[in-house]
Amino acid sequence: MNSHTTTVKPGLMQWLTSDTPQSRFQAKCGRTWLGWLKLTENKLAMIGLSIVMGLILVTIFAPLLAPYDPLAADLANRIQPPGAEHWFGTDQLGRDILSRLIYGAQYTLLIVGLVAITAAPVGLLVGTAAGFFGGWVDAVLMRVTDIFLAFPKLILALAFVSALGPGIENAILAIAITAWPPYARIARAETITVRKSDYIDAARLQGVSNRGLIIGHIMPMCVSSLVVRVTLDMAGMILIAAGLGFLGLGAQPPMPEWGAMVSDGRQFLLDQWWVSTVPGIAIFVVSLGFNLLGDGLRDVLDPRGGD
Amino acid sequence: MNAMIDISKLNAWFDDNHVLKDVDISVPANGSFGLVGESGSGKSTVLRTVTGLVDDWEGNILVNNKELTGTRDKAFYRLAQMVFQDPFGSLHPRHTIDRILTEPVNIHGLGNSDARVVEALNQVGLDNSFRFRYPHQLSGGQRQRVAIARALILEPKILLLDEPTSALDVSIQAEVLNLLTRLRHDLGLTYIMVSHDLAVVAHMCDDIAIMNHGRIVERATATQLAEGKLDHPYSQQLYKAAAGYDRAVVDSFVDWD
Amino acid sequence: MSNEPLLSVKNLAITFSTPKGPVNAVRGVSFDLGRERLGIVGESGSGKSQTGRAILGLTAPNGKITADQMQFHDLDLRNLTPRAWRKVRGARISMIMQDPKYSLNPVMTIGDQIIEAYREHHKVNAKEAKRRAIEMLESVKIRDPERVFNAYPHEVSGGMGQRVMIAMMLIPDPEILIADEPTSALDVTVQLQVMAILDDLVRERGMALVFISHDLQLVSSFCDRVLVMYQGLVVEEIRASELDQAKHPYTKGLLNCLPKMDGNHAELPVLTREASWAEA
Repeated sequence: MNSHTTTVKPGLMQWLTSDTPQSRFQAKCGRTWLGWLKLTENKLAMIGLSIVMGLILVTIFAPLLAPYDPLAADLANRIQPPGAEHWFGTDQLGRDILSRLIYGAQYTLLIVGLVAITAAPVGLLVGTAAGFFGGWVDAVLMRVTDIFLAFPKLILALAFVSALGPGIENAILAIAITAWPPYARIARAETITVRKSDYIDAARLQGVSNRGLIIGHIMPMCVSSLVVRVTLDMAGMILIAAGLGFLGLGAQPPMPEWGAMVSDGRQFLLDQWWVSTVPGIAIFVVSLGFNLLGDGLRDVLDPRGGD
Repeated sequence: MNAMIDISKLNAWFDDNHVLKDVDISVPANGSFGLVGESGSGKSTVLRTVTGLVDDWEGNILVNNKELTGTRDKAFYRLAQMVFQDPFGSLHPRHTIDRILTEPVNIHGLGNSDARVVEALNQVGLDNSFRFRYPHQLSGGQRQRVAIARALILEPKILLLDEPTSALDVSIQAEVLNLLTRLRHDLGLTYIMVSHDLAVVAHMCDDIAIMNHGRIVERATATQLAEGKLDHPYSQQLYKAAAGYDRAVVDSFVDWD
Repeated sequence: MSNEPLLSVKNLAITFSTPKGPVNAVRGVSFDLGRERLGIVGESGSGKSQTGRAILGLTAPNGKITADQMQFHDLDLRNLTPRAWRKVRGARISMIMQDPKYSLNPVMTIGDQIIEAYREHHKVNAKEAKRRAIEMLESVKIRDPERVFNAYPHEVSGGMGQRVMIAMMLIPDPEILIADEPTSALDVTVQLQVMAILDDLVRERGMALVFISHDLQLVSSFCDRVLVMYQGLVVEEIRASELDQAKHPYTKGLLNCLPKMDGNHAELPVLTREASWAEA
């Protein structure tokens, strides 16, 4: 703990931990800083965070990091084992697996990012509205949610992609459609616990409208558990995307999407294990990273803890 | 003097529970009325019914000579505000004090929110350094002051006080009670105060009603209460209990279930 | 009241490490506890609850306890192993918490919980245990013990729940009972009835009772001796009967700032805290 406090400039430190912030901005920063300190105490969460940060950096700097063109076939060098020339070997078309992995990171990030920013708000809206209004609104919204929840995610995504046609955009859309119902459930549960609280009643007595209550008072209480859940789910999304890619319904060749890469290598799995295994390990590590980070965030963001 | 609040034949239900039974209360302008009772007596329900937080009720509620109907409009909330019992539960944990106080000003379009927030904080004896803190950075007494500031910022004529000091330490209670007395005097407010503590109500209110199981069992003035002139055995028991622990007195207690 | 103390605490200090630096919750508290009713009174943050928890070894993991002495009979409470603590806690020193709702198992009937607790300490058959459990409920003045025996915790009132907790605490016949605000969640009359039960038990069984509360008046009408705590320090120790002769300005201030039923609406005297009170 103290090792952190000494590494930061004392002036900034005081500004952040001040008990008497002078502006909205400072108050927000101070709160974030305390959360960050708590997160840094959790070693596993920090490992998760570095994996996710690594994924982001690799995505940004892919052209600089990749030693070869990920799409350039070199049939003379087909299925080379890992070595000095090609660290992770080459695939059946002689493409460098490391470079494909590095370029593939952006698809993983794209899938995860797009699903998160579409599915989470939808779930949040449906859940808070259902929990807040109750009655028939609740009944209708939650039955729809239940219908989606009744199918295994991958099967549902498969059905959607088959209907929409294969391709990475449709895969993202399909995953998003299958991802929101659990968020609606969580948001509804949170809403029901807070809607009877005094501060909601107090806001009502200030004349805050139902819309204002949901957006300004209830949603902020749901957001943290949702963020945690989304982060934890990201591992699952990556796996579904990889699964769709593996079945040929997600990213189309020659796109270096990790799931598709695993699929490509499966014919050589016994003799040339690296073609499938290396992207498989990448999927595993990144999923683990999101999972660890989500677990750590849960401790920091849980509205019932701390404060 | 004309009554600021006039409640007659008020009945209320939670599902099948009949929680208020023919409650009549009349409070003159700038008056202070105390409702005393134990948990489940319905004392808080009276306030919650007036403010529109209870749906299932019957009877007549006149506030400032206007009959209340099913829903309360914005004008009502500018006239009457409520302070809740638990200062830890009545402030939104994710909102700064600034946001908590600014929101009602904006909703009611009063304008000049900066100056109003500063003034409201001053009124309750908090300086500007509290403005951008979160509730968890404040002590219980400070939070309750913020809750009072939030109620005052709409410049109401009526404050409904639901056990405003029962969650506070006694030294802080004294400060908050003094603050409330001063505000009533300075701003000409009308209070209905609910409490389980006879002494607090005797100190704060002119007229007092003692409730048990949804019914008012006894009415008294502060002077009568001070002299212990209470008729109903239930009120007498409450009065004796307020004096502290006495083995002999405890043995005389009857359950009023 | 024997002169030999059951528990002797000297210079107890508890420090918590928090993200914002160390917090000294208790600073050098000393007292001897005989077979008596000792009140510890203070406002929130005075360290009264932490003092009680330390005696039971229930201090949170981020808290560090130091003391010159914490002697319970021949046991040195300062360096008991978790295993040794389990033999003391509950069995010889017991605690009643503020809210019985959180201390009782919601999915078990009250009777089953008492029987389970009883059979942990006594080897008896089910029938005998039930008879004992009903007896215990009677001993805490529950008028309809059969009904309460078969009820689930949510089906009884707060006062009843607290009586059940007291009944369960008493099974192993502890020597010291620590009651941390055991009645402050209850209505005034129920509060006094629960205290009467505690009172009788202390007299009949010769137990020592530590009654922790924020309510100076209530504590002084109930206990033999009162420790007044302020910011982790004991600022005054006084016989309850001599409370009107309290010397420390903090104790006097606490008494004065209570509203009184004299029909007087004048300003209440406020407590002006002086920095010197918080100096060790």
